[in-house]
Amino acid sequence: MATITLTVNQQTHTIDCPPTTLLVEALREHLRLTGTHVGCDTSQCGACTVEVDGKSVKACTMLAAEAEGAQVTTIEGLAKGGELHPMQAAFREHHGLQCGFCTPGMIMSANDLCRRVPEPSEHEIRHWLEGNLCRCTGYHNIVKAVRAGATAMRGGK
Amino acid sequence: MKPFELHRPSTAQEAVGLVTARDGAKYLAGGQSLLPVLKLELAEPSDLVSLARLPELRKITAAGDAVTIGALATHDEVSRSEDVARAIPALAKLAGAIGDPQVRNRGTLGGSVAHADPAADYPAALLALGATVVTDRREIAADAFFTGLFETALGRDELVTAVRFPIPKRAAYGKFAHRASKYALVGVMVADTAGGVRVAVTGAGPKVFRVPAFEAALTARMDPSALDGLTVPAADLNSDAEASAEYRAHLISVMARRAVQALA
Amino acid sequence: MATESPAKTQGMGAAIKRKEDRRFLLGKGSYTDDITLPNQSYAVFVRSMYAHAKINSVDTAAARAAQGVLAVFTGTDVAADGLGGIPCGWLVKGKDGSNMVEPPHPALAQGVVRHVGDPIAMVIATSKAAARAAAGLVEIDYEPLPAVGRLEDATAPGAPLVWQEAGGNVCFDWHLGDAANTDAAFAGAAHIVKIDVTNNRVAPNAMEPRAANGHYDAANDHYTLYTTSQNPHLIRLLMAAFTLHVPEHKLRVIAPDVGGGFGSKIFHYAEELLVAWASRRVGRPVKWTSERSEAFATDAHGRDHMSHAELALDATGKFLGLRVKTLANMGAYLSTFAPAVPTYLYATLLSGPYDLPAIYAEVKAIFTHTVAVDAYRGAGRPEATYLLERLVDKAARQLGMDRVELRRKNLIRPEQFPYQTQVALQYDIGDYHATLDLALAANDRAGYERRRAESAARGKLRGFGISTYIEACGIAPSALVGALGARAGLYEAATVRVHPTGSVTVFTGTHSHGQGHETTFAQIIAEKLGVSTDAVEIVHGDTDRIPFGMGTYGSRSAAVGGSAIVKALDKIVDKGKKIAAHLLEASPGDVEFVDGQYRVVGTDRAKAFGEVAFAAYVPHNYPIDTVEPGLEESAFYDPKNFTFPGGTHLVEVEVDPETGVVEVVDVAIADDVGVIINPMIVDGQAHGGLAQGIGQALYEEVRYDAEGQLTNGTYMDYCMPRAADLPSFKVGNHVTACTHNPLGIKGVGEVGAIGVPPAVINAVLDALHPLGVTDISMPASPEKVWRAIQAAKQAAHQATQPAGKGA
Repeated sequence: MATITLTVNQQTHTIDCPPTTLLVEALREHLRLTGTHVGCDTSQCGACTVEVDGKSVKACTMLAAEAEGAQVTTIEGLAKGGELHPMQAAFREHHGLQCGFCTPGMIMSANDLCRRVPEPSEHEIRHWLEGNLCRCTGYHNIVKAVRAGATAMRGGK
Repeated sequence: MKPFELHRPSTAQEAVGLVTARDGAKYLAGGQSLLPVLKLELAEPSDLVSLARLPELRKITAAGDAVTIGALATHDEVSRSEDVARAIPALAKLAGAIGDPQVRNRGTLGGSVAHADPAADYPAALLALGATVVTDRREIAADAFFTGLFETALGRDELVTAVRFPIPKRAAYGKFAHRASKYALVGVMVADTAGGVRVAVTGAGPKVFRVPAFEAALTARMDPSALDGLTVPAADLNSDAEASAEYRAHLISVMARRAVQALA
Repeated sequence: MATESPAKTQGMGAAIKRKEDRRFLLGKGSYTDDITLPNQSYAVFVRSMYAHAKINSVDTAAARAAQGVLAVFTGTDVAADGLGGIPCGWLVKGKDGSNMVEPPHPALAQGVVRHVGDPIAMVIATSKAAARAAAGLVEIDYEPLPAVGRLEDATAPGAPLVWQEAGGNVCFDWHLGDAANTDAAFAGAAHIVKIDVTNNRVAPNAMEPRAANGHYDAANDHYTLYTTSQNPHLIRLLMAAFTLHVPEHKLRVIAPDVGGGFGSKIFHYAEELLVAWASRRVGRPVKWTSERSEAFATDAHGRDHMSHAELALDATGKFLGLRVKTLANMGAYLSTFAPAVPTYLYATLLSGPYDLPAIYAEVKAIFTHTVAVDAYRGAGRPEATYLLERLVDKAARQLGMDRVELRRKNLIRPEQFPYQTQVALQYDIGDYHATLDLALAANDRAGYERRRAESAARGKLRGFGISTYIEACGIAPSALVGALGARAGLYEAATVRVHPTGSVTVFTGTHSHGQGHETTFAQIIAEKLGVSTDAVEIVHGDTDRIPFGMGTYGSRSAAVGGSAIVKALDKIVDKGKKIAAHLLEASPGDVEFVDGQYRVVGTDRAKAFGEVAFAAYVPHNYPIDTVEPGLEESAFYDPKNFTFPGGTHLVEVEVDPETGVVEVVDVAIADDVGVIINPMIVDGQAHGGLAQGIGQALYEEVRYDAEGQLTNGTYMDYCMPRAADLPSFKVGNHVTACTHNPLGIKGVGEVGAIGVPPAVINAVLDALHPLGVTDISMPASPEKVWRAIQAAKQAAHQATQPAGKGA
């Protein structure tokens, strides 16, 4: 067992877990932040995407202990005061989700793109999302949502 | 995952010492190759020595005729480095096409090089550019570094600290990605370097390799048509459900021609 | 496109945003694996590494002794406790009237394993890690047996048998249609076109892996099962009657938020039964969550057909008859609906949207040493559509006719409805020419040559592909499917509870795992009662809360479940009328319900719906002698017929002739899915189906080797379509209202997956036609396309050599 301290959504937690514990396991099983999902076992699907120090990473492919000292943000940390983050709002507005399972990872990944490329093209969005699988939407409305979310984020919302 | 101890040293020397002292220990860089291997229990290290607290190994510097990239620079950092983009744009582009964004945010140059996945992209760049792998104890030429399938010239406890890439006159990388994994099914880097034209192929064989016939043809004439009729023998190539050896051989020619085209 | 009613913000036809989105967007959805119960324990299964083996022994001693382990169960424990095998929900009878071969399907292997992933032991521990570690300590002494992993090998003489006692690998040999009529049609044909097609085996791949969490409450002798199911009542019924053997009132099945299903979560799986049973044995809740690689080996797959078909045409291109012979892979065990897929959901669709006067189809279902094959989005209908549309394209080439015009000539004309096909179905309504024209307009057919030339300038071969399709959904009339072998009814149920202050809760037997019922069903209520969708809550997925309903699959929720809601609403409105009449001192016959108000016809005397609801629960001034208090009604709806969505899917591709890479560059579709509740959601359903259909056509294929080893069971090898692999889609609708359900709805869940695969392949073949390529199978992978080009080039080269040279 190891004791690690994680800062998640600006709250600090201390958990006891084996060194083998993955970040996604720490989030889901220790902190009960179950919005971060696991959809595969080979680091492909991206449902577990979270932000670590402002960059999107697959929480299934990072040891929890490696996140010590970093700022971790999960899907639960985006909305402020009950108001959806602009990217969350854009996914709703453009029907960018159906079953909702891939959605948290999609949004965390999209936010990383929009911080780097404030006005991404459809082509840039489609290629950026290579690390995120969706089986419901055919990506059509996800792409629309990310474009709209980018616009809203530029608007300083 | 099988149990292991995790160490997070704050100097490279300490890291090496930890691995030297433990037979079953391995370095952990970005973990994008190693963690999937551990999850599948294809490796069972007794100890992992994390390199996350060694920021001095992240630096990217362009000086004189070479770009030196710290082993812990992520693919994302390499792809967005202005120094790399100015000196070796093909390298920045190659780094920007590894895996997917999340993998590029964590995965590192040193980790990729040390893991020596036969389908990784970086080995093609190291070999084609005639790079030098810098370790905690010596320097190893790329030509001598990749020794086999997942095998390198590194000692068990030897730590890659940087890779030094000589700046070529020009270089380009043609990648045909495996459609599911996004690894290179075939990746070809063509570089016009001070030491001559070098062509390196990744993804197609048990390890990255150069193609002397292509190099000779392109030395004579740097034009896609110079490669017409030239192929790599399929017998030496990987064959799997995604691509037969014959198809890989064909793709090597196509990707090489496209890389040459991109040089113009 | 043509479907938006922008002015509308509430009822039918309004593109309102989804009510369920907020919890998903906040990361507050509640999927099965998110639920952790007090004292939770975790199960991991030890599964067969062989496709076929005798199990000499299972040594669990080391696993039992491992840290944190609570129990290790094997087939012996399952047998000792009398757990039932997993039943099949459909009985198909062969040509000779004999029953299909229906082998046993034990929850844990009884001495023999029959596919990679067949469960052998169940390890339960206090943590997932401990269970996983202990699972590695279970020692199994296997005696490998010969196996057959592929459909094409399973009928060969001497092929290894999956079920020795069956005497062969044929599960049933079935037929449909009139052989003599069809023979006569072929005898008089001017042209006969023949084709052999394979429908590739694919994995449904809902992004949420299956999971189950069983909890036995000893104090009340009561089981609760949380499971990733599309139909919790069906699971409860099967567990009660066949597997767990407890009465329904002692078993609650909850399918909470479910992350996609696409068919794969219809079926009753052993893990559901085992976690519930094991919870009783270990005295703690037991949770199992599938890994993705485990899912590839254990979730039912889809498709996997091999067919030969022949089309007879007259000299003008009019279709005269169709003959089809199909082999359908069942896997090793019969999954819940497996026998129905290649029969009543496949052969019955072989008339397609065409006026086809004679059809005869023969289907042999075949066992192999692979995981079960069952319904996957479209289920049978994509296989029928693919076969027909490949065949029609080939006919156009062979007769030198335009592909669009050959279809136009043979499509059923609007005045022919209702149209009785030669394969048992009667299509009630449609306008296939209208959807064809709508799609062609969206595709800009006239501009094609310019686009083709532009592609050519970039070194790409452009191709255009078309598919005109029909499907049967709104599953299903119970009496009809009962006659065809279904062991359950396929009606749907709803309860509408109006609360005293006028808000509404609807309890539906359907299940939403991405379809958006919480929104669309609320729109039905808003339309009928005039209340805001915000005042409506839809409850689904919990057998203790909802009426007995059959769940969601076969694009049935709106057409069948929605109709049940309408029936209950009609009762509510009628009862309200009596109450309103009393309050308004009028005769019920003089009261009408319009725009959320009960009004005395021809006057301005009215009562709002909310006032009537309040009166029903506070019946101080009330017709208490004739009307019961309260305002809550239930209804069951059994459809009179299937519904028949159809349309046209058009695809343009670019092929890189050097690498063989195919890129889908344009998709324009026009569907007729009947009346639309929410155009935003309908378009979204079409998009998702298209992605899966394009995935099947270009990217996806589950591969078993000849010995039954699964060779691409992870996302490292199985290619799921990604965002960059697909274009944006042009989706249009032309509505003809279903004639036999109260909302006029047909269904949209499966159209994309059904219509588009042949359009993609027809486009690829069109692109490659100039090179002489005439056939390619799904998935049209780069190497396959490249090889087809090489072979065609070689053939062309040989053809140009002088005769005798090189011979």
